[in-house]
Amino acid sequence: MAKVWVLAEATNGKVSSLSLELLTKARDLGDTVEAVTWGADTASFADELGAHGATKVYDVGDIGTSLPAVPVAAAIAAAVEAGNGPDILLVGQSYDGRDIAGRLSAKLDKPVLTNVVDLTAGDPPVASHAIFGGATLVQATFTGSAPFIYAVRPKSFVAEASGGSATVESLAAPEAGATDAATVVDRHVEERSGPQLDEAAIVVSGGRGLGEAKNYEMIEELAKLLKGAPGASRAIVDAGWVPYSYQVGQTGKTVKPTIYIAAGISGATQHMVGMKGAKNIIAINKDQEAPILQIADLGIVGDVHKVLPQLIEALKARS
Amino acid sequence: MNVVVCVKQIPDPASPGSLDANNNLDRSSKLVIDDSDMYGVEMALQLVQAAGGGEVSLVSMAPNGETAGLRTALAMGAEKAVLVSDDALKGSDALSTAKVLAAAIKRVEGFDLILAATESSDGYTGTTPVQIAEVLGLPAVTFAKHIEVDGSTVKVQRQTEAGYDEVTCPLPALVTVTAGVVEPRYPSFKGIMAAKGKPLDQVTVADLGIDAGSVGAAGAGQKITDVAEAEARKAGEVVVDEGEAFQKIVEFLDKLKVI
Ligand SMILES: Cc1cc2nc3c(=O)[nH]c(=O)nc-3n(C[C@H](O)[C@H](O)[C@H](O)COP(=O)(O)OP(=O)(O)OC[C@H]3O[C@@H](n4cnc5c(N)ncnc54)[C@H](O)[C@@H]3O)c2cc1C
Ligand SMILES: Nc1ncnc2c1ncn2[C@@H]1O[C@H](COP(=O)(O)O)[C@@H](O)[C@H]1O
Repeated sequence: MAKVWVLAEATNGKVSSLSLELLTKARDLGDTVEAVTWGADTASFADELGAHGATKVYDVGDIGTSLPAVPVAAAIAAAVEAGNGPDILLVGQSYDGRDIAGRLSAKLDKPVLTNVVDLTAGDPPVASHAIFGGATLVQATFTGSAPFIYAVRPKSFVAEASGGSATVESLAAPEAGATDAATVVDRHVEERSGPQLDEAAIVVSGGRGLGEAKNYEMIEELAKLLKGAPGASRAIVDAGWVPYSYQVGQTGKTVKPTIYIAAGISGATQHMVGMKGAKNIIAINKDQEAPILQIADLGIVGDVHKVLPQLIEALKARS
Repeated sequence: MNVVVCVKQIPDPASPGSLDANNNLDRSSKLVIDDSDMYGVEMALQLVQAAGGGEVSLVSMAPNGETAGLRTALAMGAEKAVLVSDDALKGSDALSTAKVLAAAIKRVEGFDLILAATESSDGYTGTTPVQIAEVLGLPAVTFAKHIEVDGSTVKVQRQTEAGYDEVTCPLPALVTVTAGVVEPRYPSFKGIMAAKGKPLDQVTVADLGIDAGSVGAAGAGQKITDVAEAEARKAGEVVVDEGEAFQKIVEFLDKLKVI
C-alpha cells in the first residue's frame, strides 16, 4: 500500500495549519503517513506532526541561510533515488512549498499537479483543481510512475488530530552546489495585531473603491469592532496602501471565515478564489453589476464612504 | 548586463475561456502578453538601464507562431525574442514547458539574469520558473517585490508569510517577480514601430534538440479524467442604499450572533 509523505512547514516552532490539513488528508490516501521537515527547532513540533498522523518525521535539519527549496528537494530526491522515497508527496501551495515541488519535479523528472483543492484516494489519487476563476473543476491524475507530487491549496481540508506520535529520523541533504547559492541575509516581520487573517472568524477586506489609502482606517476599525482581521484586494496591495500579507486571493491568503465583508472590491475571479469558501459574504459596492454582488448573501449597492461610517457608529453605539 | 524575460502569451483574459476537445485550455484564438509578465519586462529594462548597458531578450513558447505578445514586449523596449512554436508542444505540462524554455534560454548568449512571473494568469502553476532554474542548474529567488543588481550579485526582497526576506544571490540566477515590483510602461508609438523590425527567432522543438515525444500531450505525465461545473454561489438579498442600508448589515450580524 501507498506510502505518503507530507511536507511540513513551520515558522518559529509553529507548524502551518496547511501542513496539518495535509497530514489529515494523507491518512485517507495511504497506509503509511510520514512527514518531512526542516529547521533549527524541529524537535519543538515533531509531537504535533505525530498527533496529526505522521508516524515518522524526517528532519532535514538546520538549513542555515539557504532558501528551503534546494536543500529540501535535494534531501527528498536522494531518498527517492535510494529507494526509500514516498509513493505520494503532498506539498502545501505556499511560497516555499511550491518552490520545493518545482525543484523536486525537475530533479526527478516527474510532473506536479498544482492548485489541488480536493483529492480522491486511488492509484494514483485523483486531484481536483479549479479553472476559469473557480467556475469549472478539473479532475486530473498521473499517467507515469511514482512518486506522485501534488501541490495543495490552503483550506482544502480540515485538520483533525489522530492522537498518534512520531519518531524523528534525520534525512541528509546532499551538497547542491551552484543551485544553492541564494543567501537569506535578513528577515523582516510585518507586525499586525488581532487575529491572523487566514484563521479569523470574521474578515473585513477593502479594495480600490475605498478611494485612498487613508480610508483603509475604516476597514481596520470595523475589523477591530468585530474582533476580526482586516484584509485587502490586490489592487490596494499593489498601490502600497497595505502590506502584501493582507492580500486575499489567488496569490494571497485563502480565507474561510464565518463572515467575509468586502467593501469597494469588484470581485475579480482571482480575488474570489481566496474567499468564496466563506460561510457568509457581505458586500458593499456602488456598482449593482459588480461580480461580488452576484455571490454575496447580503449585497449593499451603496457608497463605502457613507455605509462604512454609519455601520461603525451603529456598532460602537451597541458595544 | 543581459536579462532574459519569460513572456507567456495567453488567450485574452477579457473574453471567457474555454476548453478544447482534449480538455486543454483553448489557445487557438489570438493571444496577448500575460499582464503578469509585463512586470518582468519592465524590471529587466530598468535593471539594464541601471547597469549602464546590456540587452533584454525574451523567450516564449506559444502555438501557431503567435508573436503579438512578444511584439508588445519588444515595443516596451526589449531587443530581441526567441519563440518556440511547434504542434508537438500542444498539451505540454509545466515541466515540459520548463525544459523547452530552458533550451530556448540557452540560445541567448551571455545572459546574467532570467526573470519570470511568480505565476501565469491562465495556467497559474507557479512551478515553471523554478523548474527552468533546476534544468539549467541555476539558483532561484522567487516572489521578488524588489530587485537590485550590484555587480555580479542580485539583491531581492522576497515576500514571505510574515513579511519579507532580504536575499542575495550571485549571477547568473533566475528571479520571479510579483505584480507591483515595478509599474510597467505603456509602449510608445515609436516603440511599436521599432518593434516591427526587431529580431524574432522562431524555432521548433527539433531546432532545440528536444525529442518531440518527450513534450506535449505525449510527454505530459498527467491526464484529465473529468471536467465539471463547480457549484455556484447564489446571490442573496441585494439592497440599494438610501441612507439606512447599514441597518441591514447590523441585522445580518445580529442574526449570526457575532455582535
Ligand atoms: C495572476 C493574477 C493573480 C491575481 N491575484 C489576486 C489576488 O490574490 N487577490 C486579488 O484581490 N486580486 C488578484 N488579482 C487582481 C484582480 O484581477 C483584480 O485586479 C483585483 O482583485 C481588483 O481589486 P479591487 O476589487 O480592489 O479593484 P477594482 O476591480 O478596481 O474594483 C473596485 C470596486 O470598487 C467599487 N467602488 C468604487 N468606488 C466605490 C465607492 N465609493 N463605494 C463602493 N464601491 C465603490 C467599484 O464599483 C469596483 O467594483 C490577480 C490578477 C492576476 C492577473
Ligand atoms: N509558455 C510560456 N512561455 C513563456 N514563459 C512562460 C510560459 N509558461 C510559463 N512561463 C513563465 O513562467 C511563469 C509562471 O508560469 P506558470 O507556471 O504557468 O504559473 C509565467 O508567468 C511566465 O513568466
